[in-house]
Amino acid sequence: MKRRSVLQLLAVAVVVPFGVAACGGGGDGKASTTVRVTLANHVWTDGIKAAIPEFEKSSGLKVELTQLGEDQLSDQYNVKLNAGSDEIDVMMYRPLQEGKQFAKNTYLADLTQHVTSDASWDWKDFQPGPVTASTFDGKVVGVPIITEREVLYYRKDLLDAAGVSVPKTMEELEAAAKKISGANKGIAGFVARTNKSAAVTQFSSFLYSFGGDFMDDAGKSAISTPEAKAAYAFYGGLINKYGPANVSTDMSWPEAMAIFTQGNAAFYTEADSLYKNATDPAKSKVADKVGFAALPAGPAGAKPYNIPSWGLAINSASGNQENAWKFIQWATSKERTLAAQKAGVPGPRSSVWADADGTSTYPKDLAAAIAFSAEHGVGHDRPLVIAVGKAREIVGAPIVTAISGGDSAAAAATANDAFAKFLASDT
Amino acid sequence: MSVSVKAPAGRRAAPAPRSFSDWANQHRKWLFAAPAMIFVGVLIIFPLAWTVYLSLTNSHGSVRAPSDFIGLKNYITVLSDTDRFWPAVGRTAYFTFTALAVEMVLGMVIALLLWRPFRGEKWVRVAILMPLVATPVAVGMMWRLIFDPNIGFANQMLGWVGIPPQPWLSGQHTALPTTIFMDIWQWTPMVVLILLAGLTSLSDEPDEAARVDGANARQRFFYVTLPLMMPTVIVAILLRSIDALKTFDILYATKGKGGGSFHEVETLNVYAYGLSFDYNEYGIASAVLIIFFLIIIAFMWILTRRRKGANP
Repeated sequence: MKRRSVLQLLAVAVVVPFGVAACGGGGDGKASTTVRVTLANHVWTDGIKAAIPEFEKSSGLKVELTQLGEDQLSDQYNVKLNAGSDEIDVMMYRPLQEGKQFAKNTYLADLTQHVTSDASWDWKDFQPGPVTASTFDGKVVGVPIITEREVLYYRKDLLDAAGVSVPKTMEELEAAAKKISGANKGIAGFVARTNKSAAVTQFSSFLYSFGGDFMDDAGKSAISTPEAKAAYAFYGGLINKYGPANVSTDMSWPEAMAIFTQGNAAFYTEADSLYKNATDPAKSKVADKVGFAALPAGPAGAKPYNIPSWGLAINSASGNQENAWKFIQWATSKERTLAAQKAGVPGPRSSVWADADGTSTYPKDLAAAIAFSAEHGVGHDRPLVIAVGKAREIVGAPIVTAISGGDSAAAAATANDAFAKFLASDT
Repeated sequence: MSVSVKAPAGRRAAPAPRSFSDWANQHRKWLFAAPAMIFVGVLIIFPLAWTVYLSLTNSHGSVRAPSDFIGLKNYITVLSDTDRFWPAVGRTAYFTFTALAVEMVLGMVIALLLWRPFRGEKWVRVAILMPLVATPVAVGMMWRLIFDPNIGFANQMLGWVGIPPQPWLSGQHTALPTTIFMDIWQWTPMVVLILLAGLTSLSDEPDEAARVDGANARQRFFYVTLPLMMPTVIVAILLRSIDALKTFDILYATKGKGGGSFHEVETLNVYAYGLSFDYNEYGIASAVLIIFFLIIIAFMWILTRRRKGANP
């Protein structure tokens, strides 16, 4: 009796956890008919989510979707890809943010064979900038899905009331912001991202338009050049002088966009791919009053960034790569790209931009601003390094100093030393 | 009758195992302890050992990538970093001690108020426990909305009484005190709970004796109740300080990676998180965590020694 009881207990102790594990598992990931797709919260994702049943019907595959915020997505990848997990098949990633690092760590499967195999899907149709950003060491590691340029969002009614025209230069922008914030109590002349790291991408267009860049041609730090210092002082100064009262230094686009769409700011510089947030009456109090223009010209002209912000890649540890590719092929097809673009997501395909249908749903002024930016754009909006997160914190520090009214030139000099040290160690 | 085979000398009755069942019965003390031992090994000892190992390498970018053993170099880097590490240590200490001090005093006051039975006692207790059951991340998000500089309720309320809006979480110098306030809001109930349990288990006699001797309420509290409560107070301090030291969720939910643009709420935990998930500096992040671990161990050692002293 005693013997038996020990064994029985053991049996229970051993079997129960395995039983539970077996229930929780589900699929071994090897060439399964379920494609596990991880996507970021984005307008593009909303569109693709609605269309997935269509894909499931035509391909006979099942899609298991995980959707996360940007930061959480990035943390998930760091944990799962680091552990060599095969739980993700298709992943939405940021080519300029994580692309270099992921590719270097061989987290991303080589898609070169796939993209060249199907002529009707047509890899050549993708714009050259996004293609370069999705290629590492001559191998294609991702397919771009969303492109972005910085444009100027403005309030038509406030400009009309103040009698100012849409600013064409940075000086005009500052003068208009000053005039409007002075005339309307509680309304900011200008708003933009203020968080050290988040602001870097939007600040970049100001930096280029003032004639600077994060690095010079030799790959050395260039953030304390006179041009860069002027750009820091200008961007931060606009927010410091004409920004919202009590401005927070933690704003990324959701917070800055909220101030604009609540009707509390006259000008706002932001990525064009987010325009739906401002023109959708469900999300914006000023939906019918929003105008768009190309980024005002600085001393070096108007040089907004023009970049692929998101792409799709395949996890190299996935055992289901063939089916994962089928999903990407469908999600980035001409038809899907056109549909996404019409729903408000600027895509990477030249043919869709050439098609009048592709821009039919855009506000006219926005389409014009995008066309202008695409032509004059710079192909990056952050330092092109491996550890982008750290680099952004370094080059973003003077922005925050300028926003809070500090000595941004001194901050740029300090940041320059730190950035030079960082660049030497970024391997 | 002849004895053909001698039993092996020195062995007692235990028969040689014939089956698994015999073997299992002979080793049952190990078998029963095994799941717990495996649990401790896999979930505590292995990660700790792995972190120690990582802290001695220059692992960065990917933990799967080859890395070199560099000895104590990461520790030297971390300990000589006056830019991020030492301020983070300072903030961690500031956060922990301020939150702890206020929570203990406030907790004691509320516990004393709830000590004697009164009408509606049940409802008051439930109301007090509400913050405790909320998820810290949700608490962080909620307070972030309340403290929003432009649309938040806190500034609106100040406006009603004519006080100008405050920056709260967005201010470089107000952010940390604001998060401490959130911690106090959430965790004082736990202190109340522990202290109340201690108070109700006290015997009434010493208090009555003091009353007969003519001691007033203040004297009775400081010379009778508090000394008797010391063991409970130390338990509350112990539990709360461990939690406060490793606070992460409300800081991350309100200020994000790096603890804000000026690192204004970057404690050791937030710093280590940023190092590993934003910078992918696994070696240095591990060194920070090991140092943090040692600080906590030292702190707890001091506290538990104090506790022994309080328990004659």
